[in-house]
Amino acid sequence: MNSFFKYFSDIFHGVKSLLIGMSVTGRYFFSPGQIVTQQYPENRKNLQMFERFKGEVIMLHDGNNQHRCNGCGICENNCPNGSIEVIPAKITGEDGKSKRVIDKHIYHLGMCTFCGLCVKNCPSNALGFGQEFEHAVFDRSKLTKVLNQPGSSIIKGVE
Amino acid sequence: MKEIINLPVSNIEEEEYHINMGPQHPSTHGVLRLLVSLQGEMVRSLKPHCGYIHRGIEKMCEKDTYPQVIHLTDRIDYLSAHINNHAVCLLVEKALEVDVPERVRYIRTIMDELARIQSHQLWWSSFGMDLGGLTCFFYGLRDREMILDIWEETTGSRFLQSYNCPGGVMQDIHPNFQKKVHAFLKTFKKKIKDYDRILSGNVIFENRSQGVGILSKEDAISYGVTGPSGRGSGWSCDVRKTEPYSMYGKVQFNEVLRYECDTYSRYMVRMQEMHESMNIIEQLIDNIPEGEHSAKMKAVIKLPAGEYFQRVESARGELGLFVVSDGNKTPYRMKFRTPSFSNLSVLDHISRGMKIADLVAIGASLDLVIPDIDR
Repeated sequence: MNSFFKYFSDIFHGVKSLLIGMSVTGRYFFSPGQIVTQQYPENRKNLQMFERFKGEVIMLHDGNNQHRCNGCGICENNCPNGSIEVIPAKITGEDGKSKRVIDKHIYHLGMCTFCGLCVKNCPSNALGFGQEFEHAVFDRSKLTKVLNQPGSSIIKGVE
Repeated sequence: MKEIINLPVSNIEEEEYHINMGPQHPSTHGVLRLLVSLQGEMVRSLKPHCGYIHRGIEKMCEKDTYPQVIHLTDRIDYLSAHINNHAVCLLVEKALEVDVPERVRYIRTIMDELARIQSHQLWWSSFGMDLGGLTCFFYGLRDREMILDIWEETTGSRFLQSYNCPGGVMQDIHPNFQKKVHAFLKTFKKKIKDYDRILSGNVIFENRSQGVGILSKEDAISYGVTGPSGRGSGWSCDVRKTEPYSMYGKVQFNEVLRYECDTYSRYMVRMQEMHESMNIIEQLIDNIPEGEHSAKMKAVIKLPAGEYFQRVESARGELGLFVVSDGNKTPYRMKFRTPSFSNLSVLDHISRGMKIADLVAIGASLDLVIPDIDR
């Protein structure tokens, strides 16, 4: 007799639990509330990333095409995967002394793991993170970038 | 064809039948290959074949300095990246006897608990999906999105944050951090009730998980099954309680223990842990003290020669970190005792005699992360 009742109570509880679950899905079906799915390619124009978003490493340039990098190479030493190569150059300054500047600041985006050590350890805050995140390219060589813009120079007073 | 049909029945029953589950199988959540020998539908034994995603992280650590090691620990167990980072930082700070600011401890503890919640959310999602409830997957990921947004705003990354650094954290928390965490706690407290209604009490789920994959307390201890999987067998093994680090000694929370020892109890431990994690965050989030977000550290960190060990409670169990230093700026040897590797070792033991469909449920209840196994 006991098993007889158990058989039917099991069926009852089973159906009840299924209905409870269906009530949850039903509620979300008719009133989804907050919709978190982003319509990505369509919302590209007004897509705002967070301010600290690590899209890629960039060198910060001001309006006069000047940057703060003096080519010390601390970012290169701090990088765990060798994504950064600093090629320095020597120029003769106004006072006649030779000065170390960068020729090329090469950044291999394909090797970068976005650990943020280069940006954190830069003594003159020359590097930063950019917001760009659509990095897909057809050729791997396009992932190697030169961060200092052509014709740029160092801001005076940054050593 | 005819010969197969004419085989004597008894012969078929005794024959062993081998199948490969994985390396590309949706329920192994990664590239894990289980060589299962079956008798009919019954699992006789299984052999895990690891190494498909072995990257040699321990060897790579030997060429990196201590701050550089941190970004590699993200990639061991990507779902508890914050907690892995925390282990390295604690070890370096212990070796150098650095006292980190109180603010850092608060931030790290909150981040760890957020990591635990989002890891359990993803585990819940995939558990439901493995057992055929695809709805769970969408609901879990929907709620996890809020934590990822909080992280993206503060750390800059959604998944592999590399947020901790020896002596503190990389950046101070974002001004919106506390507000957003409060909003998350408020929302998730309502949503977690849906989790229980949709899966925990479901009759199909209960029948597939209760009494399946019995792991006794003795076996849990001898196989080293830590974390929620071990606590589901009644083994009190929470490092946050036994060896408190950061703020865990000062907050009130319960160690969740269940004694049914089956898949369902491991499931319920994780569900309860999400409540406990929210409880911990609530105690800390309003009291974050003002101050520096990082202690002053030397530019080149060199650990004194010797051996160091640090363990933390990651979302899957006990993460042990053993470092041998010869006084240089890079570790001489770095060894990770990862929880998933030990948890995988018990899979053969507890799935013997179960049906092959139960193997999926058992594997899901152990919450294996494959890069954590292979490193």
